[in-house]
Amino acid sequence: MLDLPFFLDTLSTLIGGVPLTLQLTVLSVSSGAMLAFALALMRVSGNPLLDYPARFYIFAFRGTPVLVQIYIVYYGLSQFPVLRQSMLWPFLREAYWCAVIALALNTAAYSAELIRGGLNSVAVGQIEAARALGMSRPLAFRRIILPQAFRQMLPAYSNEIILMVKSTALASTITLLEVTGLAAKLISQSYRPVEVFIGAGAIYLTINFLIARLCAALQTALSPEKRAAPAPAQSPETEAPRHG
Amino acid sequence: MKFKAFLTAAALLAATTAASAEGPVVRIATEGAYAPWNFSGPNGKLQGFEIELADELCARMKVKCEIVAQNWDGIIPALEGRKYDAIMAAMSVTPQREKVISFSTPYAAGINGFAVLSDSPLGKLPGTGETYSLDTQEAGAKTRIDEMKVLLKGKVVGVQGATTASTFMETYFQDIADIREYKTTEEHNFDLMSGRLDAVVANATVLAAALDKPDMKGAQLAGPIFSGGVFGVIAVGLRKDDSALKAKFDDAIKAAIADGTVKRLSEKWFKVDVSPRG
Repeated sequence: MLDLPFFLDTLSTLIGGVPLTLQLTVLSVSSGAMLAFALALMRVSGNPLLDYPARFYIFAFRGTPVLVQIYIVYYGLSQFPVLRQSMLWPFLREAYWCAVIALALNTAAYSAELIRGGLNSVAVGQIEAARALGMSRPLAFRRIILPQAFRQMLPAYSNEIILMVKSTALASTITLLEVTGLAAKLISQSYRPVEVFIGAGAIYLTINFLIARLCAALQTALSPEKRAAPAPAQSPETEAPRHG
Repeated sequence: MKFKAFLTAAALLAATTAASAEGPVVRIATEGAYAPWNFSGPNGKLQGFEIELADELCARMKVKCEIVAQNWDGIIPALEGRKYDAIMAAMSVTPQREKVISFSTPYAAGINGFAVLSDSPLGKLPGTGETYSLDTQEAGAKTRIDEMKVLLKGKVVGVQGATTASTFMETYFQDIADIREYKTTEEHNFDLMSGRLDAVVANATVLAAALDKPDMKGAQLAGPIFSGGVFGVIAVGLRKDDSALKAKFDDAIKAAIADGTVKRLSEKWFKVDVSPRG
C-alpha cells in the first residue's frame, strides 16, 4: 500500500540530495580518471619500476570494499595526530572531501585497467602505419592510439560511472546527506522504508538512465561508421551522407 | 518413496523441536553498540544492562528468548517486518514512534548529556553536574539551554541519527549548532576525539561509560544532564497488534521494578539507578 501523497513529499525531499550525489560523482570520477590515466600509462610503460607500483595499487583498491576505504580515509586517518596538525587536515576534516578522495582512489583502480585494456586493443598495424607515415611516438599516441582506445573503453567506462553513482550512497555512512543519507533520515522520522527507498531507488535509476543515454550518444558520435548506416532501400532519395 | 521418507523425517524433526522448546520463542532485537546498555563483548557475545534485564523478564514471562543484534536505523522497520518480536535497545517512548509501534511499561528513564573536549571552549558549559527534567523543571532547564545556545552557536555537534538526542538537538539548537548525524555513538565519539566535532549529545550513562576508556582521555561530560521531555522513558518496543506480548512484558517489568531487580542491574551497569520514577 503505497501512500501517494507521502511518496511525492518524500520524493521532493530526496531530490534535495541529488546535487550532493552528483557532485560526489563528478568530482570523484573526474579526479579518479586522471589518476587512472597515469596508472594505465605506468602499467603499459614496460618499466617494472612503474608497472609494479601501479599493479599493487590496483590490487589493493580493487580488492577491498569501498566502504572500508571510506572508513579508512574518514575515521582511520583522523586517528593520527600528525595528520590532524598537517595542512591536509582542513580537507580531511570534512566528510565531503574524505568521500571524494576515497571514491576517486577506488574508481582510479578500476578505470586504470579499463584504460589499459583500451590502449592494448589498438591494432599493432595501426601504430606501425602511423610510424611509417612519419608520425612521432607522442603524435601517434595522441592521434591514433588514444582516440581508438577511448572509443573502445567507453562502454565499460559508462558502467564504471554508473557504479560510482551508486557508490556515493556509501557517503551517507560518514554523515553526508546525499540521496541515501536523506532517505535514512526520512525513514528514521517516518518509519516507512517502502516509500522512501522506492523514491531513492527511482532517483538513482533516473540519474543512471541519463548517464547511460549520454554515454551511448557519445559512443555514437565517436563511431562514424555506426552513425552513417546505409539508408533503407525503399526511400532512395533520403540516402544518408557518408562520413569519414 | 525417497521424498515420502524425507517428509516423515522433516515432520519428526519439527515435532521434536516443538516439544523440546518450553513454549514459544520470543525474539528480542538490540543494537549491540550502545554500551553499557547493550554491546558486543570481547568474545562477540551480546551483553549489558538490557541483555541481563531481558533474561530476567523472559524468566518471569516463562518464555524462551533469543536476542539478536540489529542496526539502529532499521530497528523499527524490521520489527514491523516480523524479523523479531520486541526491541530492547534503550529506545525512548516518543509520540512519533508510538504512531508505528506500541511500548511496554517503561523500564528505565532516559538521561542525556553533552560530552566535549576538556581543553575546548565548551569545557566550561554551564550547569555541569546538575540534572534537569524537561517536564518538571522546565524553567531551570530553559535557563541552562538559553545559556548553552550562546556557547554552541556555530559549533558542530554530533548525535546518533533517529535518537532522542537528535530530536533534542533539533528541538532546541536547530539553527544554532551544525548538527551531524552518525550511525552509532561510537562513531561520533571518534569524531569528537579527532576534533571534527565540538560536542556530542547522547545518553549520559553511555557517554560516562565511553569516557572511562583510555581512548577518550581528554574528553568529559559538560553542561547539565537532561531527562524527561523529548528524552522520555525507555521501554520495550512491540508491534501494535501484539497486545498479548505487551501484557506479558508489562507484568514482568512491573514485577522486576517492584522487587528491585531493575535497580540492582542499573547500579551494576551504570553505577546510578535509572529506574523510571513515579
